[in-house]
Amino acid sequence: MTEKIYRVNMTTLTASAEDVPQEWKTLGGRALTSTVVAKEVKPGCHPLGKYNKLVFAPGMLSGTACANSGRLSAGGKSPLTGTIKESNAGGTSSQCLARLGVKAIIIEGLPQKDAFYSMHLDKNGITIAEETELIGKGNYEVITAVRKRRGDKVGVLSIGPAGEMKMPLANISVRDPEGNMRSHGRGGLGALMGSKKIKYISIDDAGAPGVAIAEPEKFKEASRVFAKCLLDHPVTGQGLKTYGTNILVNILHEAGGLPTENFRTGRFDGHDKISGETMHDTIVERSGKPSHGCHAGCIIQCSQVYNDKKGAYLTSGFEYETIWGFGADCCIEDLDLIAQADHLMDDIGIDSIETAVTVSIAMEAGIIAFGDGPGTLRLIKEIGSGSHLGRLLGAGTAAVGKAYGLSRVPVVKGQAIPAYDPRSVKGMGITYATSTMGADHTAGYSTATNILKVGGFVDPLKKEGQVELSRNLQIATALIDSTGLCLFVAFAVLDKPEAFTAIVDMVNAKYGTSITGDDGIALGKSVLKLERGFNMEAGFNSTHDRLPEFFEELCPPHNTVWDFTDKEIDSFWDF
Amino acid sequence: MNITVKLFASFRTGRFGEKNFDCPEACRISYVLQELGISESEVGVLLVNGRHGDVDYSLAPDDTLSIFPLIGGG
Repeated sequence: MTEKIYRVNMTTLTASAEDVPQEWKTLGGRALTSTVVAKEVKPGCHPLGKYNKLVFAPGMLSGTACANSGRLSAGGKSPLTGTIKESNAGGTSSQCLARLGVKAIIIEGLPQKDAFYSMHLDKNGITIAEETELIGKGNYEVITAVRKRRGDKVGVLSIGPAGEMKMPLANISVRDPEGNMRSHGRGGLGALMGSKKIKYISIDDAGAPGVAIAEPEKFKEASRVFAKCLLDHPVTGQGLKTYGTNILVNILHEAGGLPTENFRTGRFDGHDKISGETMHDTIVERSGKPSHGCHAGCIIQCSQVYNDKKGAYLTSGFEYETIWGFGADCCIEDLDLIAQADHLMDDIGIDSIETAVTVSIAMEAGIIAFGDGPGTLRLIKEIGSGSHLGRLLGAGTAAVGKAYGLSRVPVVKGQAIPAYDPRSVKGMGITYATSTMGADHTAGYSTATNILKVGGFVDPLKKEGQVELSRNLQIATALIDSTGLCLFVAFAVLDKPEAFTAIVDMVNAKYGTSITGDDGIALGKSVLKLERGFNMEAGFNSTHDRLPEFFEELCPPHNTVWDFTDKEIDSFWDF
Repeated sequence: MNITVKLFASFRTGRFGEKNFDCPEACRISYVLQELGISESEVGVLLVNGRHGDVDYSLAPDDTLSIFPLIGGG
């Protein structure tokens, strides 16, 4: 089957299918979205203007029988940071697109009329229609309505009211197998989709030709080895399935790296009430699901279904970073309230990390007090309503900090720092500083080696080895983000060399190529350099690769500070 | 001497979350693990007063020892 690039022109409301250029044929996911953005988007353009483009690309292995390969990459110039952005998410869309032979969707231009549109993609191509009924509606209602219109199995990418209002913390929601939400969370790509006036994209893969595999037997064998590696590793085989990502609350608290009360200390007294252990017991008591996959073929099952006290569905995909943000960082000790916040954010369509840190800055500013749970829900609803206060909050952490004259504002390149204090998990600080995406924990998850002792051990409280650790992880992550594999496969890959070999073997079996592991690493390096090149042309330089100066303050309990010199940070790029 | 032992994730099953623990002076972490019936191969992370240690680490009075199986997230 021949793969195609679908190009959608929102100015003329037309779509066309193009042959895939030779040099893009073996790319996917982040490698492809970043390549398209770097080649076709003017770095200096306004992120919401006519020159920016929104690009979706399934990973290199998406749509195949490979376990955990259903991640979709979304890319563009970020409305939040002004840098290049790739954000990837689970859900069902990546596999639908891959099976339809869609290498990427490139959405460009701006509609001339003040109206919203929907897009539908199936085996016959793309159709665009004006949308009126669902404008202003939340993601839950949109997904329910689109399932009724297009069938129960349809993949959906949608924006909520925040995306329609082009707020910098707006995300793009992706339907999961049950009809709940996964998110292209970070960097405000929901605002970019809102600027293109697309409320939702539906994808129907009925009658799709499926993914062509050059050497099916080799693929099958490598995917079997890979699945076994995931199942045999304690983290990917058992740990994530039982406790989800929220198991991290207690270990980060114990290690003194759990940012609390807007990064004042590394420990939160209420940690046990919001911990993964408590969450697991609560889910089981209320007949929820402690394990759940965000896409078919996921064997890690880190997601869950969290019910309220009456046993009714409240939220799913309830992550550590969200719970840390409203829990420790905003000092709220109430898991049910945080779950309500998570539901609201999914519905409004806003990034749960950026929103949580924005609320903690609203607390710093005195809009509400630290620990004010009901006040937090009210602020999130303000964002959804588009009130003046909601608009301000919807502009994100950096904007609220600026509006209130604050300097204690945890952002890098305008994006909020997530759930690991860079003074006590120092490898994460290097990742926050140097990532091409602004502060992003997933870009190079040094916590694995600093705290969890996966892939070896580098002391989290010392500077030694952190730059090299973050560099190696960021390179490997750029590669994994291009394959369509869930980043959590890295827990197994870091400890089991045969898992990495199996990934390379699957790529070769799919494309009929003979790349080596070193070629894969070279691809990771080239993606990072391409992204950095875009950022430099967009006006960023090494002075933006810095943490806020308040991290020079001591962080209890270890009383460590952020103490890397500029030269040490800049050596990250020596590769 | 007295130390505080904290257990996490699956290690709590059939044991406890947090407990005062009596052990010999300067005993090693491996002794505590043995007393708790946790095999060293199950252990992912050991923290003493929030800092990483290994099974040969000699404990001091009033130390807090946190014991985790291999876990991940992010």
